[in-house]
Amino acid sequence: MSNRVLMKGNEAIAEAAIRAGCRHYFGYPITPQTEIMHYMALRMPEVNGVMVQAESEVAAINMVYGAAAAGARVMTTSSSPGISLKQEGFSYIAGAELPAVVVNIVRAGPGLGGILPAQGDYFQATKGGGHGDYRNVVLAPASVQELYELTVEAFNIADRYRVLTMILGDGTLGQMMEPVLFRDEEPVESFDKSWATTGTQGRREHNTVQSIYIEPDALERLNSNLQAKYRRIAEREVRVETVNCDGAEIILTAFGTCSRICKNVIRQAAEIGIKVGLVRPITLWPFPDQAIAAAAGQPSVKALLDIELNAGQMVEDVRLAVNGTRPVHFHGRTGGNLPTQQEILDKIQVLARS
Amino acid sequence: MEEKVFSRTRGLTGKPFHYCPGCTHGIIHRLIAETLSEMDILDVTIGVSPVGCTYNNYEYFACDMVQAAHGRAPAVATGIKRVHPDSMVFTYQGDGDLAAIGTAEIVHAAARGEKICTFFVNNAVYGMTSGQMAPTTLLGQKTTTSPLGRSAAVQGYPINVSEMLATLQGAVYIERVAVNSVRNINRAKQAIRKAFKVQQANLGFAMVEILSTCPTNWGKDPVSALKWIDEAMVKQYPLGVFRGQEIEVGD
Repeated sequence: MSNRVLMKGNEAIAEAAIRAGCRHYFGYPITPQTEIMHYMALRMPEVNGVMVQAESEVAAINMVYGAAAAGARVMTTSSSPGISLKQEGFSYIAGAELPAVVVNIVRAGPGLGGILPAQGDYFQATKGGGHGDYRNVVLAPASVQELYELTVEAFNIADRYRVLTMILGDGTLGQMMEPVLFRDEEPVESFDKSWATTGTQGRREHNTVQSIYIEPDALERLNSNLQAKYRRIAEREVRVETVNCDGAEIILTAFGTCSRICKNVIRQAAEIGIKVGLVRPITLWPFPDQAIAAAAGQPSVKALLDIELNAGQMVEDVRLAVNGTRPVHFHGRTGGNLPTQQEILDKIQVLARS
Repeated sequence: MEEKVFSRTRGLTGKPFHYCPGCTHGIIHRLIAETLSEMDILDVTIGVSPVGCTYNNYEYFACDMVQAAHGRAPAVATGIKRVHPDSMVFTYQGDGDLAAIGTAEIVHAAARGEKICTFFVNNAVYGMTSGQMAPTTLLGQKTTTSPLGRSAAVQGYPINVSEMLATLQGAVYIERVAVNSVRNINRAKQAIRKAFKVQQANLGFAMVEILSTCPTNWGKDPVSALKWIDEAMVKQYPLGVFRGQEIEVGD
């Protein structure tokens, strides 16, 4: 039997989670990601797992908190408005140092917005969203194959550092169908979870999971430990794809769906004699500053052009990475619209001539 | 020969309680802890702490404990119980936590028939944040946010949580008790025991509502506070079994 299967992005996420050993899923329906719940509802019983349809996104993330505290590999999925509701829970998960995987299949906002794809949740995903000093690891797949592979990896990262790891997709990735090549065996790592609340079973002192520390020194210690952990993550977990950057005149930066459009633009630009490269962050946090700075610092580079499905969010991190050495321009679409290749090419031509 | 007739239960860690004089949280803690010990389930129990005066009861109970966000304890308990279905899981929640911000979570945990126990401590006031009106504040009761007394016209009516949850099929055992007299304390302990027995038998959701004192925020001395439960609270919140009368749990 071939391991190559034609799958919808949302279904690939769900199957990946199960293959990664996730047996507990808590969700609340919201377009454009509900197929994940549908898939879980059918598949979880087959693997003796649990799918609970919660009464709200708030309840779902707190079920995740409980299941993670109990030592399980656990996931919830939602889309932008639902992810906003989960932010309080994200902060508690960070404070209690629990491993959990969250998927945001982003739709257009603000407010109830629309159900079409967008990347307007970049700030929320990478800069916090909930209260307090914390970070979530944010992975940005750009294909159904990557949705599968990065979802498996998200569970390993979550367990490795006891952090919340988010898959930041968008409505296009969630809804599109592409072939997925499944591995025979997943690179699922096992981790010590002696901290989990499983019942003492008479074998140890009682464990507690908490995010409250009334004593300022104790809370500062927690914060220092969290920041040290985030520095370790930033050193070890950056993932980035660079395409055609060597000797390029113009460097595009884009993630997710936008990066696919940009790859086509690279070919079109070459046909009219402009060498264009692309830096695609796969981890949005930790951000690949060094790869962007290296690409931008080449003598051949005239400018960078950042393409996003928002009004300009990741571009701020690109500018910090470039640190003034090159001009950084932005082109974005909102409301659920995608930029056309021609739109991007027109911008490139103006920048290449200047 | 001397006979030891009473000792601290091993269900408690021994850390001194921080509660105000005359507050009955300490009694409720002891009853739960004694039950865990007597039923020999302490080692398989995971408790969920609320937000409020008892936010840190994870320091008092000698079982595994998870501290939850305000009102979300039933959702957190759902997550724990679904991971460890053979464990015993309880939430300990106050009236602000359970009957205001956490209303959705408690209703749906009960409706799903989650195999957990909830101990709902009703003292008709927000204790920790200094005496604001709770959903369970009585009509006419003065609080820091209803200084003229709770008025039905302005603040609406108290919520009788036990009666409300008793309408749900998944809630198999619901009882309201009080801890303001020896007789009531003994009755409360029986109810707590029955709740854990219901969970042990996998029957469904069980909740014991416990009328409790808050002398500090009621502006009463401890003895008057105990009396006020009988004189005022029980009139709005009658004691008794609202669901699961027929369930026999045995010893």
